[in-house]
Amino acid sequence: MNLLDSSLSLAYQGNHKMTGLQKISLAIVGLGTLGLLIAWASNGNISPLPTFIFSLAAMTIGSLLYTYSTYSGKIPGIKNNRVFQYGISSRGAAAWILGIVVTGFYVCLYWFPHLLEGLIRLHDPLSHGLRGKAADQWFVYGTFYTVAVLLMGIKFIFKYRHNRYQIIRTISVMFFQLVFAYLIPAFLALLNKPDEYFSYFWPLDSYALRPDWIAGKSSLGTFGYVVIAIGILMPFVVTPILTYFFGKRWYCSWVCGCGGLAETAGDPFRQLSDKSLTAWKIERWMIHSVLVAVVLLTALLWFNHISQNTILGGFTEGFKSAYGFGIAMAFSGVIGVGFYPIMGSRVWCRFGCPMAAILGLQQKYFSRFRITTNGGQCISCGNCSTYCEMGIDVRHYAQRGQDIVRASCVGCGVCSAVCPRGVLRLENGASDIGSRTDALRTIHISEDEVSILS
Amino acid sequence: MKIAIIGNGISGITAARWIRKLSDHEIIVISGESDYFYSRTALMYIYMGHMGLKETQPYEKGFWKKNRIGLKRAWVKDVDFKNKKLHLIPAAKLTDHDFLPAELPYDKLIIATGSDSNKFGWPGQDLEGVRGLYSLQDLQYMDNYSKDLNRAVIVGGGLIGIEMAEMFHSRNIPVTFLVREKSYWSNVLPDEESAMINRCIKNNHIDLRLGTELKEIVDNGSGKAVAVITNKGEKIDCGFVGLTAGVHPNIGFLKESDLETGRGIKVNEFLETNIPDVYAIGDCAEQQHPKTGRRGVEAIWYTGRMMGETVAYNICGKKVEYNPGIWFNSAKFFDIEYQVYGNVPAKIPEYMTSIYWEHPDGDKSIRINFDNRNNSILGFNLMGIRYRHEVCEKWLKEKTDMETVLKDLGQANFDPEFYDQYEKHLLAAYNKIAGKNIQLKKRRGLSQVIAFLKR
Repeated sequence: MNLLDSSLSLAYQGNHKMTGLQKISLAIVGLGTLGLLIAWASNGNISPLPTFIFSLAAMTIGSLLYTYSTYSGKIPGIKNNRVFQYGISSRGAAAWILGIVVTGFYVCLYWFPHLLEGLIRLHDPLSHGLRGKAADQWFVYGTFYTVAVLLMGIKFIFKYRHNRYQIIRTISVMFFQLVFAYLIPAFLALLNKPDEYFSYFWPLDSYALRPDWIAGKSSLGTFGYVVIAIGILMPFVVTPILTYFFGKRWYCSWVCGCGGLAETAGDPFRQLSDKSLTAWKIERWMIHSVLVAVVLLTALLWFNHISQNTILGGFTEGFKSAYGFGIAMAFSGVIGVGFYPIMGSRVWCRFGCPMAAILGLQQKYFSRFRITTNGGQCISCGNCSTYCEMGIDVRHYAQRGQDIVRASCVGCGVCSAVCPRGVLRLENGASDIGSRTDALRTIHISEDEVSILS
Repeated sequence: MKIAIIGNGISGITAARWIRKLSDHEIIVISGESDYFYSRTALMYIYMGHMGLKETQPYEKGFWKKNRIGLKRAWVKDVDFKNKKLHLIPAAKLTDHDFLPAELPYDKLIIATGSDSNKFGWPGQDLEGVRGLYSLQDLQYMDNYSKDLNRAVIVGGGLIGIEMAEMFHSRNIPVTFLVREKSYWSNVLPDEESAMINRCIKNNHIDLRLGTELKEIVDNGSGKAVAVITNKGEKIDCGFVGLTAGVHPNIGFLKESDLETGRGIKVNEFLETNIPDVYAIGDCAEQQHPKTGRRGVEAIWYTGRMMGETVAYNICGKKVEYNPGIWFNSAKFFDIEYQVYGNVPAKIPEYMTSIYWEHPDGDKSIRINFDNRNNSILGFNLMGIRYRHEVCEKWLKEKTDMETVLKDLGQANFDPEFYDQYEKHLLAAYNKIAGKNIQLKKRRGLSQVIAFLKR
């Protein structure tokens, strides 16, 4: 009984147990993982093709079976039972272990790839088949990433199968990850062209638009010029137009790979985002600082390029490595994904991503997108805020009847889905966005009324 | 001026917030239940594991200090109205910053003590393992009894009863649900909607017993409930009995005082009681002269919020009547959302025509009532479909012609993007009855809604 100090703790008491099928499916996933571990430990001294096929098949079958056994036969609807009671989704021991394992993987990936030799050799057959060359750590990473988005995407679709917005949106992120971030780069490699990711642009891709990037692409002839044109058009022309009409969601929760992973593999952790005002303050400082940093970096590189490294050469090189190490690797990768089970699925998107920062500014000041609230129906229950992966205190607005226009909102639509009273709706609304957000529509005494009576 | 507020629920806290907005008065909110305001409506989600207690608290801890709203954790034993003092008994561990005097003087008092679960004198109703669901303590009690629970029996077919059924069901605990009426919540829901929820309850494997009443709760010999006996003579073994046959104002501690009470604390339109400087708001208040279409006691979230706002104006010297406006409400029955706007009685009276459409899947429906004497719109009932409050309210306020509403019905739709829109089916139902050919002119979309609301 912890009621006295208000820390009501409901240790899970109930009859819920995993079904036999759920246990079997997790065991199959475990076998697949074991295959990966053996391949990793063998350091390349194991026949890659059968091991790879075995692991991928086991993980796919196990995962699909788990999805099936968890959701089939259940009435479609919100499935958040026990989220705050299971350790994996409420920072329990399992969550910390998972966080440490994933963080460790990222550390190896960026700085000690030789430690992943066994896993890299395991992917050689697939890499040869897709790209006509041996695998490297980035191909392994891309494969893991894509498989995670696809399998967990299917799970998400099943979980939200009553919600057409979630289904379509999830198919979209799965498509962009598989085709734009995996198959097209592989296909380009097969054609002996450099990998191009047509779903990442400057400033999220901090290498894009640098002088050496332009020079490198220019040397590729027509293909290179197309890449440069896309690289310039996307951030400066296409993005503002799409964001004006649809908000930043067209990218962050429909196209982006980071978002794709967060929305699928990260979904079990979305409730862990910090909703405090302090976190919001830190968010605004951090994300805009990263944006300034990447703009500065790109500008410095051009400045140096033009001045032929005569003025700020050393400083710029240092700045470039610092950004690469600190932001592009440590922040977006290690912390961004490794800390999913501890800090939620959108740490990078919320605190770091410079693309999200730009889209957010556009969304806040120059977009038709908003979430409208439904008059006085809000009961302040907190489901919307709890399941906001971006840590927005949605309830704060909903209980005031105020429309939600927040730079960080990625438009995933989960707040609207989990609301038990039908209070929230994502809209590509109209032009009076500024005035609508001021109104507190649950106030039912207007000052005029008061003055008449008194 | 020192204002004491008894109760830190939505009514008391809204009053405190608005008094702070409007004045510099000293504010003290007293609660025996919890340290901080939390959303009572979210109790079920804590039990089911959708949220923790912290997630149900709408304001951070720093909010109270920043807004100079004093919080005291104590139960109020009684009130000395003559000398303007509260007598308190401690409810929690005392900390240094939370010094708790046994007496608390006030200049103005707001009573916002909410409700208590109904008990109708059933034999065994005070046994161990028998409890309603209203407070955090009730929730903890339910949780404590959930371990190895063989079955829960729930008595009373209203909103809390079905919530409790969903809660136990979420933990795979078998539930028998006793409903006195012939159909679930049939004193509020029209027949078709009520039947839909009956189906929904059964689809969730709840043992629904319609037309069945509790006769007694069986003692195991040591003061603990082990079974119930129904009015049909059946004995149902269970380890927990949930009493959810409604709530009543929680005013027991005031019964011996000079405060005028009926079902609740009697208040006038300014939320004043018969004792000067004493106000009552929320579930515990009873309007002496309720507005048309409204009841004297309304234990609803938003009426508590509105009364809190109103009382703050009155205390801060700007007299304003409590007016909750046009009736609306919402709920969720397992996975089926429910919204109502305006007048939708369970039994349709003569002067009313009701147009109803139900999805073939049986889990969505739209009902629109209109006055067949002048064709003005009277009410909307939605199951599994969301409608926009402000749009419906404007139509109702303006007593809009039924056919105008039907033509523009799409603009009331509040369902998420890509969801099917069913308004045309309702029009077809109307056309069939009226022998007309009204066509839907507006579909879902915000721009036209704003244009309509600004008109």
